[in-house]
Amino acid sequence: MRFTPLGDRALTITLGDAIDEPTHRRVRAAVALIDARRPAGVVDLVPAFASVTVHYDPARVAGDENEPPYDRIVATLDPLLSGVGTNTLPPARLVEIPVCYGGELGPDLAGVARHHDLSPQEVVDLHAGAEYLVYMVGFMPGFAYMGGLPPRIATPRRGTPRTAVPAGTVGIGGQQTGVYPLESPGGWNLIGRTPLRIFDIDRDEPILLVTGDRARFVPITQREFERWPNRA
Amino acid sequence: MSVRVLTGGLQTTVQDLGRSGHQSQGVPVGGAMDRTALRLANIVVGNDESDAALEASLIGPALVFDHETLISLAGGDLEATVDGLTVPVWHAIWVPAGATLRFGRPRVGCRAYVAVAGGIDVPPVFGSRSTYLRARFGGHEGRALKPGDVLPLGRPSAHAQRIARELRSDAGKATAARWSVTTLLRPRYSDEVAVRLVAGAHTGALSAASRDALGGATFRVSSSSDRMGYRLEGATLSLRQPMELLSEGVVFGTVQLPPGGSPIVLMADAQTTGGYPRVGEVASVDLPLVAQLKPGDRLRFRLVSLEDAQALYLARETDIAQARTAIALRYSRGQT
Repeated sequence: MRFTPLGDRALTITLGDAIDEPTHRRVRAAVALIDARRPAGVVDLVPAFASVTVHYDPARVAGDENEPPYDRIVATLDPLLSGVGTNTLPPARLVEIPVCYGGELGPDLAGVARHHDLSPQEVVDLHAGAEYLVYMVGFMPGFAYMGGLPPRIATPRRGTPRTAVPAGTVGIGGQQTGVYPLESPGGWNLIGRTPLRIFDIDRDEPILLVTGDRARFVPITQREFERWPNRA
Repeated sequence: MSVRVLTGGLQTTVQDLGRSGHQSQGVPVGGAMDRTALRLANIVVGNDESDAALEASLIGPALVFDHETLISLAGGDLEATVDGLTVPVWHAIWVPAGATLRFGRPRVGCRAYVAVAGGIDVPPVFGSRSTYLRARFGGHEGRALKPGDVLPLGRPSAHAQRIARELRSDAGKATAARWSVTTLLRPRYSDEVAVRLVAGAHTGALSAASRDALGGATFRVSSSSDRMGYRLEGATLSLRQPMELLSEGVVFGTVQLPPGGSPIVLMADAQTTGGYPRVGEVASVDLPLVAQLKPGDRLRFRLVSLEDAQALYLARETDIAQARTAIALRYSRGQT
């Protein structure tokens, strides 16, 4: 575990150096330990693949005011985190995401299939056959970086990103998969679209997927997609 | 009580001090680009520092106040007038019912804050009234203001009402208070600034020449700069060897280094996480100077220690608290 300043009002706690489940569990454990105590001055926690960023207000950190705020917040957080790895985590939720694969909704499905010498249906079977883990949420509101993609369909990002990817589009970027919550530019390979609203500001919980969730993709037909109630 | 929009200007948005507590869901903090200006604008009209105000960029809006009220301007000087009369920046200003606030050309800086007693009372989203343009939420319908918009106002504080009473003129002309935010507290805006920078996680990975350039070269703000980030032109920086990094948290003020070598300063609408090397973070007290730069303006970085940056931060917080107390004392007993 390593503390690094991120400017004068944030710091990063590094808990590993790879995208893997043991590191992910340490990240979630660290967030849970800090959240349970909420030391004075802590304003936000941002879990990532192998680190947690702590945003704090230097004017509200506890401790001897002759010491710099950074030293004081590290001295507060360090002992809190001694239990990382032994604390229990809340059980993961399993979220099912209906996806209409291919066609206009997934314009890169055929390309991904060709890249791997597979049929489009084989790509769909592999993508929908796996269970994914939300390692982190970032980039934009509700964008969940999911690991667990079968290596046989891992596909490099496109050379030229698209300027506008519609909300709900399911993509493959390297060894990860994810769903664009909002229309945005994007460089991932687009293989389908979900009718679910991944980000909906009018919902009690606007964000569908949170760090630590498990997710599965369930193939649906174009007809089912179009008739989905309250479709995005 | 409301404000009517005649013209929206280039990009006028409702902003407060941003939303925290939702970054783990990818929701940016957002909020005012020049937070010092927003806070001081609120303080002089008797608002909470975190109340929502308007942020105008380069070309200001034209606004009509349907009732007499107390307003203030802070940040950049965009040649504001009320009913044709020049009004000063950093002062409380009483305006009569039906008064029109307009702007001219940017004389100093590029972002003007307009605070109104009671604050702009749009519904909070994720705990903040700030407009987040990219995801179209917060502020007024998640977008910049346009003609015909009507913005609701909150209830002015007792302080605001006392200040307004003192300034109200029977002649019906806008009147500025004689007192103002002390010049010591006003950021020293310029189109060429030196900005203090705290070394970042990957500053040590820069080549020796690039490390020198980071601390000495003059950069130009590119035209592809917005509330999310400023792209800097001029010197390009390079690492001793390429790095593969995992995405992790970034802040308003992080200086990222994408593969092209032109640094990007992340601004108020910065994404929550980023995967590029981080070569420094702008000291919080100097972010207002960066926020007021226009495309083509120049900046240099000067490396300072984290300890110094935090000492500056604490000193500024003390100064702002004193300014708040001074105004509160002056008007707490209704003295005029």
